[in-house]
Amino acid sequence: MTSSDSAPKKTPLYDRHLKAGAKIIDFGGWLMPVQYSGIVDEHHTVRNAVGVFDVSHMGEVFVRGPQAGAWLNSLLANNVRRLCPGQCQYTFLLNENAGVIDDLLLYRTAPEEYLLVVNASEIDKDVAWLRAHLAPGVELEDKSDDYAGLAVQGPRAVQLFERLFGDRHQPPARNEIMRIDTDCLTLLIARTGYTGEDGFEIFFAPEHAAAVWDDLLLHGADLGIKPCGLGARDTLRLEMCYPLYGSDLSLDRSPLEAGLSFFIDLEKPEFIGRGALLAQRTAGVSQRLVPFRMTDKSPPPRSHYGVFKNGEKIAETASGSLSPSLGAGIGMAYLPAAFARAGEAIEIEIRARRYPAVVEKRPLYRK
Amino acid sequence: MNVPDDLKYSKSHEWLRIEGPNGRVGITDHAQAELTDVVYVELPKVGAKVEAGQPVAVVESVKAASDIYTPVSGTIVEVNTALESNPALVNTDAFGGGWLFVVSVDAAPELDQLLAPAAYREQIA
Repeated sequence: MTSSDSAPKKTPLYDRHLKAGAKIIDFGGWLMPVQYSGIVDEHHTVRNAVGVFDVSHMGEVFVRGPQAGAWLNSLLANNVRRLCPGQCQYTFLLNENAGVIDDLLLYRTAPEEYLLVVNASEIDKDVAWLRAHLAPGVELEDKSDDYAGLAVQGPRAVQLFERLFGDRHQPPARNEIMRIDTDCLTLLIARTGYTGEDGFEIFFAPEHAAAVWDDLLLHGADLGIKPCGLGARDTLRLEMCYPLYGSDLSLDRSPLEAGLSFFIDLEKPEFIGRGALLAQRTAGVSQRLVPFRMTDKSPPPRSHYGVFKNGEKIAETASGSLSPSLGAGIGMAYLPAAFARAGEAIEIEIRARRYPAVVEKRPLYRK
Repeated sequence: MNVPDDLKYSKSHEWLRIEGPNGRVGITDHAQAELTDVVYVELPKVGAKVEAGQPVAVVESVKAASDIYTPVSGTIVEVNTALESNPALVNTDAFGGGWLFVVSVDAAPELDQLLAPAAYREQIA
């Protein structure tokens, strides 16, 4: 977390958050809203209506040039060649050991232009890694300070899009990104998110952040829109078993161990980490990230709680929370491969007491 | 924030209501608002001997687990079992149905260490 060494940063919506009654926390060097009306209320708002999250802290890195796609393909684990202009994929930046430097969304914004949206706390590390591997014919630009971002998530997000742009534009298809130019600003709008609900992520110049925020809340008012914070973002993503970098992913874990092989392409030629991934695939991973669910009444599990099987500690939890949708404690943990299968009974230790849980399939929550 | 006049307060945001030889304890309106949605409460055992300032209960929100300290030394004589099925009472009725436990007041001078309503109001201002 390189950016947390200095004074915490504010997004261009900081004052809007205070006005909306947000509780603010330091998140990877950023002063971010953790909640407004309450985590549970905001969670249900996204599952049932529509919520808006400030994601301005996320990093935006552009890569351009005739060799941009080929170069990215040598650094990212998913196959960049499968992306047509306007499409997006989830992917990883890996080191030689296949440890995850960051997980990110890669958007092909033009035939020879890509946008990488990376975790806020990892921006400096990612950009340094990318620059260290830069090749001819590739231009790299860290535009993180020049973009604000909003995630509009929930089953009514499309209705809101239609109200704002429906007279001129169709919404982008799932995992696609489009550019919309209005009289005063340019918006990059992607049909992506981190909640498991339909919705959009919108990127634009920070000087317009307050106006766009106000517009969304105004036009979404009768749809039940509410501002939502990092607390709900975490419960929503955990119900879907989307990994959180720093908790579920790190330099010490590979995407294979994390159960994310769908997002790596071992068939494509050389990329950093491929050798280690192939070796892991051949040998089989010794631990795998799996979701679990508490089966009895228990305190909510949290990260770094002990996981027990047959009286022995076999792991620590990576993530944990109460699931507002399921009304039960849920989490994820890297378990020894022998126990990393759905239906396996385990125990989670919470303040020196063990509570029963069961390994589940992904996702933990289905509509 | 509501700070009733008939209670004593700890710096760590518990309230205590004197009931004969005992004290009924909960967390303040300010504390419940800071903790947000309470989803689980772990209570002490009836009969447990506790020392002032010792963590004896845990209140958990979606985001975090917070220790609750007994404001006085004594023996736990009653706990609020209604919180097992309805932990949100801590949020909705912090000074009433959201009480946590009743502890015997074994050392009356400890009560003088607690804050009067005015002093607690000042602390959270």
